[in-house]
Amino acid sequence: MYKMIEAVINGIKVEVKEGTTILEAAKKVQIKIPTLCKHQDLPPSAACGLCIVKIKGSNKMFRACCTPLEEKMEIVTNDPDIVAVRRTVLELILSNHPNDCLTCARNNNCELQKLAADFGISEEHFKKFLRQIPKDSSTGVIELQPEKCILCGRCIYVCQQDQDVWALSFLERGMGTRISPAGDINMGESPCVKCGQCSAHCPTGAIVEKDDTERVWAALRDSEKHCVVQIAPAVRVAIGEAFGVTGANFTNKLYALFRRMGFKAVFDTNFAADVCIMEEASEFVERFAHKKGPLPLITSCCPAWVDFMEKFHPDMIEHFSSTKSPHEILGTLTKTYYTEKHNIDPKKIFGVSIMPCTAKKYEITRSGEMFASGLQDIDVVITTRELARMIKQSGIDFLNLPDEECDHMLGDYTGAGVIFGATGGVMEAALRTAYHFVTGKEAEKVEFKTTRGLKGVKESEINIAGTKVRIAVAHGLSHVEEVINKIREAKKKGEELPYHFVEVMACPGGCVGGGGQPYMVCDELRKERTAAIYQDDDDRVLRVSHKNPYVKRLYADYIGNPLGDKAHKLFHTEYKSRPQYTR
Amino acid sequence: MAVKSLEIKDKEVREKFKEIERFIGSEHKLNDNQGMLMGVLHKTQEVFGYLPAEAMDLVSDRLGIPTAHIYGMATFYNYFTLKPRAKYQVFMCKGTACYVAGGGRVLEKLQETLKIGLGEVTPDKMFGLNITRCLGCCGLSPVMQVNEDIYVRMGPEKVNAILDKYRKKETKKRKVSK
Repeated sequence: MYKMIEAVINGIKVEVKEGTTILEAAKKVQIKIPTLCKHQDLPPSAACGLCIVKIKGSNKMFRACCTPLEEKMEIVTNDPDIVAVRRTVLELILSNHPNDCLTCARNNNCELQKLAADFGISEEHFKKFLRQIPKDSSTGVIELQPEKCILCGRCIYVCQQDQDVWALSFLERGMGTRISPAGDINMGESPCVKCGQCSAHCPTGAIVEKDDTERVWAALRDSEKHCVVQIAPAVRVAIGEAFGVTGANFTNKLYALFRRMGFKAVFDTNFAADVCIMEEASEFVERFAHKKGPLPLITSCCPAWVDFMEKFHPDMIEHFSSTKSPHEILGTLTKTYYTEKHNIDPKKIFGVSIMPCTAKKYEITRSGEMFASGLQDIDVVITTRELARMIKQSGIDFLNLPDEECDHMLGDYTGAGVIFGATGGVMEAALRTAYHFVTGKEAEKVEFKTTRGLKGVKESEINIAGTKVRIAVAHGLSHVEEVINKIREAKKKGEELPYHFVEVMACPGGCVGGGGQPYMVCDELRKERTAAIYQDDDDRVLRVSHKNPYVKRLYADYIGNPLGDKAHKLFHTEYKSRPQYTR
Repeated sequence: MAVKSLEIKDKEVREKFKEIERFIGSEHKLNDNQGMLMGVLHKTQEVFGYLPAEAMDLVSDRLGIPTAHIYGMATFYNYFTLKPRAKYQVFMCKGTACYVAGGGRVLEKLQETLKIGLGEVTPDKMFGLNITRCLGCCGLSPVMQVNEDIYVRMGPEKVNAILDKYRKKETKKRKVSK
């Protein structure tokens, strides 16, 4: 049992669990304490000093984000003294922050800008001191502008603790402190896996996704180009947040939007997720039932995870599913199957993927297999955040659009396709089809709920036709080590393997919590997005990939068998060990 | 920066790496990896005179601590340097007690004698000059540090004799090696 404590904040009585911070307690009684470095998703770093409050009996001011409430405390969160100090703190931060808000990627969506506006800062009293550190775009995926950094430490926390990548750290101290990879090398030469969590957590424009929207607009304006688009499962349940709506699924409005924007064909990554399952479940059955190839099979749809594995755990390569990620499969199919059936020159196709992910920008040129159609299979990837900007530029009243259907050929999906967007989804979808492949029957209940939820590592045992299948689902790269070490240990000792099938997603929560998703993500929001995804699955008549009629037609008319020659050429890839540091 | 770069051809450097590895081996009994990092970096700087990138890679590899973390630490403390520096590094304390006791005048004298500014190195790479903030013995201020040697109750008049001591030491070494 925990102890409850009672205290008074601004004259209002509050009762909370022991250990609750003043910031959290204040929120409970509708008191808002301004914060800057604190992110709901992360522990306090107490870097900025904006959340200071007064505690009766002390002549100091305390940071509400990291001070636990104590019995009988009397707290004042707002008086002229406090406001004056907060203004000074803000002005000091602004004194080494460039004033280029109008041309910043975070314009109108910046936590620092909002605070400056809230506090009505209209004059700069301190001498401007800007750090002259050049911009770093070397990853081609995210851009680092240390000049705009306020040293809150969020990116460093997610990079080191949540993702265990350690690409970023603070170098130097005092005025010289900056975010940088070790030894002041470029991000592109560092272990960075491009997951983009740093950009999703940054309060300012110090780390942002590389903006590719202009390339999409240019292609749409080009009458020679045949623009096709696809959306990832997690985008549809998060895009609403940019327009003030959370937890809603905008699939059919997005289809309508894309047609109005000028796309000639509107496809859905979920369809390709169904194709992906045909291949991946077949791979699993090959290895599991027919003993061809090593177990466990590890999923590989997540490009940040793939990059992480290639850099940190290359001994796992033989366990990786060789199936490409859904959006790459769709890209290949667009420039082969689709163009052949519709008699279009594949060179005219301009393929756009809208993804919750920054690493997908890297994936499209990752290896030779991403050019399986003979051309670059996907031309541009834009993130959910970039799409939100495009919608705002397009002059389309997105929320009030009528619902439309996608282009069925590469668009219709089953429930198994959509759950790819949440942690455990790929595993669940693969199990639904693997069950069928092994037993020849349909599972009575398609849900495998042990794969769901936000626990870091989810282990369970599934019964397929009397055989126990041991699975593990990990999300957030810091949880991977635990799973991989168990596998390694068992292999070394020649013991029975701890798992048969492992799913890993780099971002906490899976793609719904992706590095390209709208800002201010936290577990509550991840849960809302996830619920919308599972609702979509629930609402579908077809919930297993192998029953998708368009997938069946694709295999019958064009591909042949899963893992067959054509499937191998178009849908599969290879991995290689890569150095963590290239300099 | 990859661990690969540890396959060093230069014999002298290889020996230095081995010395650091031996140090890590002996420290293992006393400390966990994170706990010994500071000591290992001190040792590395003692062996090389600075912290070369390859040595930090070695430390990262042997202790299983990410390179980024080691760089963060190495650049945070001004005791550590990532660039080769002088044979004898002179640190004058500019902490409050030392300053009040006349440390500033000692510093002036040092700059005048060595003809270098703060953070600089004499052309013969013999002396480098830096300041430090508190060496923890304020009762004996003003305090000066030359490599591992501490000089207390400093005054400008003591500067020349101390520097000469190191100059002589070097000439002696040179004669022996000849």
